[in-house]
Amino acid sequence: MMLLTNDQVVDLAIIAVLLIGVAQFRSVRRARAGNLIAAAALACSAWLVVYRYGLIDPGIAAAGLALGLLAGAWLAAKVNMVQIPAMIAFQHGAGALAAVLISFVELTRLPTADTVVRTLSGVLGMVVGALTFTASMVASGKLSKRMKQRPSFLLWHNTMLLAGIALAVFLSIPATRAPGAGYAYWLVLLAAVSGVLGVLFSIRVGGADMPVLISFLNATAGLAAAFCGVAIGNRLLIAAGATVAASGSILTYVMCEAMNRTLGHVLMPGKTPVQNPRITEADRGVDALSEVSVTEATKTSDPLPAAAEAAIAVTSVIIVPGYGMAEGQAQHETVLLANQLVSMGKKVRFAIHPVAGRMPGHMHVLLAEADTDPDLLIEIDEANQAFRDTGLVIVVGACDVVNPAAITSTGTPISGMPILRADEAQNVVVCNLDRRPGYSGVENPLYDKANTILLLGDARVTLRQLREALEAAK
Amino acid sequence: MADLYIMLAVFFASLAIGFLIIAKVPPRLHTPLMSMTNAISAVTILGAFLIFSVETGSWVKLLGLVAMGLAAFNVVGGFVITDRMLRLFRRHERQAGTESAEGG
Repeated sequence: MMLLTNDQVVDLAIIAVLLIGVAQFRSVRRARAGNLIAAAALACSAWLVVYRYGLIDPGIAAAGLALGLLAGAWLAAKVNMVQIPAMIAFQHGAGALAAVLISFVELTRLPTADTVVRTLSGVLGMVVGALTFTASMVASGKLSKRMKQRPSFLLWHNTMLLAGIALAVFLSIPATRAPGAGYAYWLVLLAAVSGVLGVLFSIRVGGADMPVLISFLNATAGLAAAFCGVAIGNRLLIAAGATVAASGSILTYVMCEAMNRTLGHVLMPGKTPVQNPRITEADRGVDALSEVSVTEATKTSDPLPAAAEAAIAVTSVIIVPGYGMAEGQAQHETVLLANQLVSMGKKVRFAIHPVAGRMPGHMHVLLAEADTDPDLLIEIDEANQAFRDTGLVIVVGACDVVNPAAITSTGTPISGMPILRADEAQNVVVCNLDRRPGYSGVENPLYDKANTILLLGDARVTLRQLREALEAAK
Repeated sequence: MADLYIMLAVFFASLAIGFLIIAKVPPRLHTPLMSMTNAISAVTILGAFLIFSVETGSWVKLLGLVAMGLAAFNVVGGFVITDRMLRLFRRHERQAGTESAEGG
């Protein structure tokens, strides 16, 4: 192995700084510094590229840079935390399109005698970039509700996908050959086919599967950047892209685990009708010994006083927030209720399911925005040990993640998915909009349990009413 | 050719180190993590600068302009949103003046 040149040493140093920045995300306290370190590393590498290679058209480059920076900063400052997943998907799309354009330009001007690896990388960068671009735009559209959230199935969907993949492979063969007449047209055609493939993949993914899709696109955006880096021959680009690909892959895996699904299952879903489990009498019965007796009466009388009564009587409360809470903008009311319960001397915790939001960790951000004490947040494993000894669980806008049918039934979309065992608590108050099934379409037997009180309607209203009832009783 | 081996080594080393580091990120920070890595993936902006490093035709300049704008949009947006989120996480800690527990 020869000695490294100065340029290589500088590049490796910047890569090390970038990785040090990423490593700070192991701790909440240091993450903010880590973000700034990573940003500084990228700024340095951009400056380095300009310093080493120069700019022929500084005016045009600066114009593009300024426009992008202004638009990016403006939108980033304006977006609210519920919209974050849609915004991140949109940014993924923008970055991926940039990778497509750069790969295209590099491919068309690579010297003919260049290595196959570089050309192949350029082609892959373009294909993966185009896929990521269109899929991210679809994901962003779905997340911001500009498109319908349910999966869309086209006629011959799988056939079209396979045909598209075959066509992309076929087009890649001339694209990796030496540039000749009409080379650019082959590349444009290949990018277009890849883009269509991205749409075909992503429109079949919907609502609750979004965390998987957005994590996967995170990984592919990184991969596109890394391929682009090999084509250009830039070590920084390769290292940064590979790091992002690693991160996205881990998040994809975590999300798939949390839903007990495989990536293939999410991207290539079958069109099977939902079979609802039969709710047995045993499911309806009270199987836990109630700390407080709020049983049969609650089903017939006004649920609000019963819910308040339960909340006053118990010593510990676990709140289970779901995406419905964010959709109903009820996070502030939820936190106010939690504060009220704390002031009444109760032990209050928030149980966070890994897929409670629309992207990994989304619920933590939403609760942080509503100024929740982060020490009150517990993850699924800790929560599931605590439910049995908990007097009251308050479910806010969550359905599938607390659906005991995931354990008791087989053959449903949620069977085998790890859930929060809210059903094991002594009392359950459900503050959902209605009692319809969640995204999975599976009926929730929790709603029918004798010790469950349903406070249906806008959670902002029901939670406020509950809090006021507790205040009045004090 | 040596350069190619270095590139491949850089790719796999970064992938491996990335896996090791990111597996230890607590679930609480997963959204900021993705937002930051989203910004990092716009490192393709280096490629946009390189488009302008040699004499090119006007079509390529136009493509370079668009690529530069898109990558800049992604890079600054990602870092700014991440910073906003992480400020939210720290806000409570500062207000309460207490030591927040580390990790998820």
